[in-house]
Amino acid sequence: MNEPVLQMKDLHVDFSTYAGTVNAVRGVSFDVYKGETLAIVGESGSGKSVTNQAIMKLLPQPPAIYSSGEILFDGKNLLDLSEKQMEKVRGKDISMIFQDPMTSLNPTMKIGKQITEVMLKHQKISKNDAKKRALELMKMVGIPMPERRLNQYPHEFSGGMRQRVVIAIALAADPKLLIADEPTTALDVTIQAQILDVMKEIQKSSQTSIIFITHDLGVVANVADRVAVMYAGEIVEVGTVEDIFYNPQHPYTWGLLGSMPDLNEDRDQRLRTIEGSPPDLTDPPKGDAFAPRNPYAMKIDYEQNPPMFKVNDQHFAKTWRLHPDAPETEIPDIIKNRYLQYTGGDN
Amino acid sequence: MVKYIGQRLIYIIIALFIIITATFFLMRLAPGNPFASERTVPPAIQESLNEKYGLDDPWYVQYGEYLVNTVQGDFGTSMKYRYRETNDMIAEGFPISMTLGLEAMFIAVGMGVLIGTIAALFHNKWPDYLMSLIAVIGISVPSFVMASILQYYLALKAGWFPIAGWEGFIYSILPAVALASTPMAFIAKLTRSSMLEETNSEYVKMAKAKGISKWVVVFKHALRNALLPVVTYLAPLTAGIITGSFVIEEIFAIPGMGKYFVTSITNRDYTVIMGTTVFYSIILLLAVLLVDILYSFIDPRIKLRGGKSGGK
Amino acid sequence: MANKDIPKLNDSDFEVVGTRSDETEILAKKSISFWGEVSRRFLRNKLALVGFVTLFLIILGAIFAPMISEFSYRQQNGDYNVSPNGTYWFGTDDLGRDIFTRVWIGARISIFIGFAAAIIDLIIGVAWGAIAGLKGGRTDEIMMRIADILTAIPYLLVVIILLVVMQPGLFPMIIALSLTGWVNMARITRSEILKLKNQEYVLAARTLGAKNLHLIRKHLLPNALGAILVTMTLTIPNAIFTEAFLSYLGLGVPAPLASWGTMANDGYPALANAPWRLFFPALFISLTIFAFNSIGDGLRDALDPKLRK
Repeated sequence: MNEPVLQMKDLHVDFSTYAGTVNAVRGVSFDVYKGETLAIVGESGSGKSVTNQAIMKLLPQPPAIYSSGEILFDGKNLLDLSEKQMEKVRGKDISMIFQDPMTSLNPTMKIGKQITEVMLKHQKISKNDAKKRALELMKMVGIPMPERRLNQYPHEFSGGMRQRVVIAIALAADPKLLIADEPTTALDVTIQAQILDVMKEIQKSSQTSIIFITHDLGVVANVADRVAVMYAGEIVEVGTVEDIFYNPQHPYTWGLLGSMPDLNEDRDQRLRTIEGSPPDLTDPPKGDAFAPRNPYAMKIDYEQNPPMFKVNDQHFAKTWRLHPDAPETEIPDIIKNRYLQYTGGDN
Repeated sequence: MVKYIGQRLIYIIIALFIIITATFFLMRLAPGNPFASERTVPPAIQESLNEKYGLDDPWYVQYGEYLVNTVQGDFGTSMKYRYRETNDMIAEGFPISMTLGLEAMFIAVGMGVLIGTIAALFHNKWPDYLMSLIAVIGISVPSFVMASILQYYLALKAGWFPIAGWEGFIYSILPAVALASTPMAFIAKLTRSSMLEETNSEYVKMAKAKGISKWVVVFKHALRNALLPVVTYLAPLTAGIITGSFVIEEIFAIPGMGKYFVTSITNRDYTVIMGTTVFYSIILLLAVLLVDILYSFIDPRIKLRGGKSGGK
Repeated sequence: MANKDIPKLNDSDFEVVGTRSDETEILAKKSISFWGEVSRRFLRNKLALVGFVTLFLIILGAIFAPMISEFSYRQQNGDYNVSPNGTYWFGTDDLGRDIFTRVWIGARISIFIGFAAAIIDLIIGVAWGAIAGLKGGRTDEIMMRIADILTAIPYLLVVIILLVVMQPGLFPMIIALSLTGWVNMARITRSEILKLKNQEYVLAARTLGAKNLHLIRKHLLPNALGAILVTMTLTIPNAIFTEAFLSYLGLGVPAPLASWGTMANDGYPALANAPWRLFFPALFISLTIFAFNSIGDGLRDALDPKLRK
């Protein structure tokens, strides 16, 4: 692939709360390349949203502390930038789509103003031109009758329409990187598909890179080029969509895939759930954080946190299973079947 | 909108009718009331009184007349001071009270919003603690105590302000501040908490994510939404300022309506009490209506429509 | 991204041991009971704690101070307008009565009025609001319309009129204060009940066949209790303030009874030469209002689930 747009290197984010310091993000590294969509999946509390709000430096400090690591964008470490310098990055180079369109728009400001505001801030553009551009954007994201809609307030829009507005705002200044934080979670399924289509369309035409945060693997399969799986503040596995879906290595990824309904699967195959709950990050476990919930956990998993092992050039997983000395371990049938299906389909 | 206002006016008329009726019958129950027969006045005066106020008529005639007079805007004649019409007292006192009241409201809203915003923006830092302390004092110290303190220290001891009277702007400062202190503190608290809520909301985060600078986010996005609860407080504020003025005008010897009202209470001047009560009620009910209309202009989500009051 | 220095491991390290469910259970956040959490948060709020201690001391003083004082509240000692000293800690008034004793007697009356008004508000308001909220429909509409009209009438005016009619006194004062005060409580109870009524666990209980009374007792009231408690704590200072205010208008409890309001009213004309006569009752009114307000605010913050992290 080409040049990375964004490189995150060993990011650590802590939160100081009255119950103690929470190590919400514990050494996350990833690259985002030009024009690709990187999906970050994980359950709530896995640190995926925190990681991405850290890129925008939107976490309130205190309680958040960026304890170490680098976020390189355009050769600059974003963590070193002042608030004033960050303002020039936000909305212009990197923009964000929020989860809940019902709360992410200002209820007492007209839609048009909320869209043009970004352009007027970042681009040398007259009010009139900004308005014209806003109309174009609204058309592009599929808002009918934009001339009339421009002067309306958010409460006059449905959830799906509001999310289109949010996307229009995010795109207004032609960002190089778009962070979408569960943009479809709050929407109906049919609306979800429409919003995803809009995003794919935009990416095709503008070559924007997208970080797509979600807990929904169905959405991942639909939009992503590469996938990073997060658990307890760490990335446990990263690879292309094919790698993750058909040749997953980390037991947590197995668990996630096992709990996803598969229409090709036999009806009588029951959905699996992952027993237990994620660890308390005020006192992270010293071994593999997933071990206590992992039926395949080995002794070493409780003692030492595994490093990233390479599966192929783009596929890495953080599990002792991949240690060269490790014995062949069993793989759940449901995952094996997937792999067979995949390779069988290809050959 | 028109339909809404129409409905609210009907509602106000019903409320006023109840107030007028209730005061009328309550006054008849009051000991030593003008309608009671066992009064210790010379028969000749009693007779002329009876004639003047129609006290010989049965209660329903009196009630009917009272109702008609009130509707026509005639609030009756004082029983203690002959030839004093309640309407004259209102005409004399109301402009003064209104000046004082508006001044106090201006201070309460202006300072309250300012203090609350500062506190919220410096959440958990020293300006927050200082502003919160001011608010706590404002809420805890009753207006009449505040008035006495201001009068004693700033007027009597320091001599910076006139002690009492109503002869120009400088006379209005201390009473207005005393009258405003408690509502100002409430508005400050209200603004602080709603500002905190707004600054933690998603749309503010989104505005920041657009690259808008902190202060622009505060003033262009958060403040307007944070002020919505303050607008709803304007109606109780009006009520508080009006009732607060009873004591403040007394303390600072201001010849406003409040002072007339208090004097009429101490004199048990029933007709004046009734008249001013009804007048105050009209002012308050109109203030509530005004606030509702104002609110609909500020919050685009609210569409005034007929139907249930409160609209919930 | 791959790690170069892979540690050397033994076969035994790869022994499969499986899940440790006990560990995940322990690690899962310990659940704290709702009221335990509330009191913990309340105690962390310094202002609320100061208010609580202040109120406790004032109530203690109201109970015991008059007993240990060598003067009675109505005793005229012949020392007129004496400034605070070793004998008369808070000075005396124009009739030579000990202000220290009178302030604590005043505390009894003011706090009694506050609590009495709040309790009457509570009974009428909760009953009214609960019936309106649970019955719903036409009943709800009529009941809330009545409440609406009552609030449209300015509260203090009603109280003043009532006191003019009934003649000043302790019980007329309480009746006047609670005649309109309950409306707020009714509103809050109703809205809490409406909020809770539509929540899933209540629906679940209903589908399981729970009867209305059982619902109120087991589900609705414990949850609405927080909001009701907060409203009550904020009603008390309001009643105390109103009492003082009315006393200032000459509608307070009649002499020789002392409430803080009547004492402040008596003391005001002597502000220039005997400021302590206004100062002490005013101080105690302010302290009490402060105490109740900060307790009420502290409770509200402690009950707010949004702060629960």
